[in-house]
Amino acid sequence: MYVEPGTHLMQGDEAIVEGALIAGCRFFAGYPITPATEIAERMSRRMPQVGGVFMQMEDELASIMAIIGASWAGRKSMTATSGPGYSLMQEGLGYAIITETPIVIVDVQRGGPSTGLVTLPSQGDVMQARWGSHGDYATIALAPSSAQDMFDLAIKAFNLAETYRNPVIILADEVIAHVREPVKVPQYEDIEIVERRKPNVPPEEYIPYLPEPGEWVAPMPAFGDGYNVLVESVMHDEFGHRIGTDHAAAERTIKRIYYKIEKNVDKIAMYEKRYMEDAEVAVVAYGSTARTALRAVREARNQGIKAGLVRLITLWPFYDRLIEETANQVKAIVVPEMNMGKIVREVDRASKGQAKVISVPKVGGVLHHPDEILAAIKSAVR
Amino acid sequence: MLPEAEFEHVLAKKYMRTEIMPHAFCPGCGLGIIERMILMAFEELGQEEWDRTVFVSGIGCSGWTPLYFRRDAAHTLHGRALAFATALKTSRPDLNVVVVMGDGDSMGIGGNHLIHAARRNIGITAIIATNMLYSLTGGQMSPTTPEGARTNTTPYGNIEPNFNLMELLRAAGATYLARWTTYHFIQAKNSIKKAVKHKGFAAIEIVFQCPTYAGRYILNRPDPRDMMQWFKENSVPIGVAKNKSPDELKGKIIVGEYLHRTDRKEYTERLREVEERAQGKGR
Repeated sequence: MYVEPGTHLMQGDEAIVEGALIAGCRFFAGYPITPATEIAERMSRRMPQVGGVFMQMEDELASIMAIIGASWAGRKSMTATSGPGYSLMQEGLGYAIITETPIVIVDVQRGGPSTGLVTLPSQGDVMQARWGSHGDYATIALAPSSAQDMFDLAIKAFNLAETYRNPVIILADEVIAHVREPVKVPQYEDIEIVERRKPNVPPEEYIPYLPEPGEWVAPMPAFGDGYNVLVESVMHDEFGHRIGTDHAAAERTIKRIYYKIEKNVDKIAMYEKRYMEDAEVAVVAYGSTARTALRAVREARNQGIKAGLVRLITLWPFYDRLIEETANQVKAIVVPEMNMGKIVREVDRASKGQAKVISVPKVGGVLHHPDEILAAIKSAVR
Repeated sequence: MLPEAEFEHVLAKKYMRTEIMPHAFCPGCGLGIIERMILMAFEELGQEEWDRTVFVSGIGCSGWTPLYFRRDAAHTLHGRALAFATALKTSRPDLNVVVVMGDGDSMGIGGNHLIHAARRNIGITAIIATNMLYSLTGGQMSPTTPEGARTNTTPYGNIEPNFNLMELLRAAGATYLARWTTYHFIQAKNSIKKAVKHKGFAAIEIVFQCPTYAGRYILNRPDPRDMMQWFKENSVPIGVAKNKSPDELKGKIIVGEYLHRTDRKEYTERLREVEERAQGKGR
């Protein structure tokens, strides 16, 4: 049923499917788009094997609404797309947020804007993952750097989506999606899987958008469970009732969906530090760029420069404390990204002037050369 | 706040979320009649059918219709109700999924999902409430606004022809189709009953009165009773329409049961076949 425990040679796009299935994903809706198509293709073969539903929808507007509908039918659900499709999904993403629907969206980033660089990698959607839909909300976005990450983060993404009743975005890129490398699948019993919390009160006592004291989200029944839930896109109160111009109720709803993510950043944030113990210059990187950055850091060490790497695995919510600590330790932070410089703005803000922040942008659909990052490291310590 | 209204009507007490009523519809709006058609249909279908029915709607006046029913209901995005409903049905084929949309919601912004739901023949009951314009935004041209009509976005008269929803969905592959107006209460209620029991994509278009905008702008009949009178006088049963020329039918609403076919498999049945093949049980 699932890929066997052990080490397998897998493509990133394959690994994310196998991870999602083990996490309990039982509905996938998508629309073909390079470079995410392999995810849909593998899902179309694998999903019915495990008793799930695969649907190729008429467009991405339908894909995201379908996974939201499936989630309310009680199934863990996922879609995968790339830039143009991800743009189309933004309204649906907002619907998932206001209705507090757990879903997982994979955006295999390619160069943009518009149709852009169809077959080439990019990290241009990192800000869209945070701010793409209109209004005030918070999202969770994870950035895999390897095929192994694609497998592991698929499971993490479903766990986070269920824990916070919120969409989780996996921001892959063309390189990570297509890289073929060893993926270690643990024994199933060693894999932590968060199942959906369902209400255990009688329907007349259940309030779908009112968490218990000390909780951030309410349990979530499925359609047909007898709870008569209202899944309401209009601003609503704790019952799901439209609130018209009740400003206080609107403020309560917006602040809760914002803070349930932002105030739990310590629990959500994942990162990896390499060579940071004595580092005087840090490279903060994510996704496939982090691999190039690691090579540059090692080269710098060979040349006697105390460089280290902070790899961001969770991009959103942004982990200010990690960057502040890093800035207090080092003289300079180098931020290579396959975009014109986006996460560097967050790094600059969170470092509060304690370190020089150097952006190393790269556009045009190609990875940085390690020497480009090395040059920035050298300029930082000069 | 309005004083708490009392809802003594048997249908309201039995089926509706009276705690959030009175509803938001304008006085004389036909959506209340459509709500009653739906509830009467279920009253006759019985508790068992009601207990396994869920509702999905889009955005627009019509989108509010099922939110007053005491059932699971999703008020989705403008145009996207069928995408949500499709996934719901594939995940829980045992549920009756009833979708209520307006003409702009279903044929304008949601037109793509509409034709694909029909093509798949997925077992959804789509109730399409047509009022001939966009009312929630204040009376703009929709895909069913009559040619020549003046609305707030067609001040010189509408130059766009209408979608013929029944023919559109027949061509796309729907397997149950009917069109009525709010004047045809019993007939529409009976069609809803048939549609709920039908295995496949069933669409019922119900032309309803919007006295606030369509009444004033299009029909020059701001009184809802006059609008329903107009529906009565301008409706032609489908059997009678067959013997009339296009000129004779210009501006008329052709009502009746358009289609009821059972030769196409329903989508979730096909999905079960896929699952069996994938698991090596089928061929």
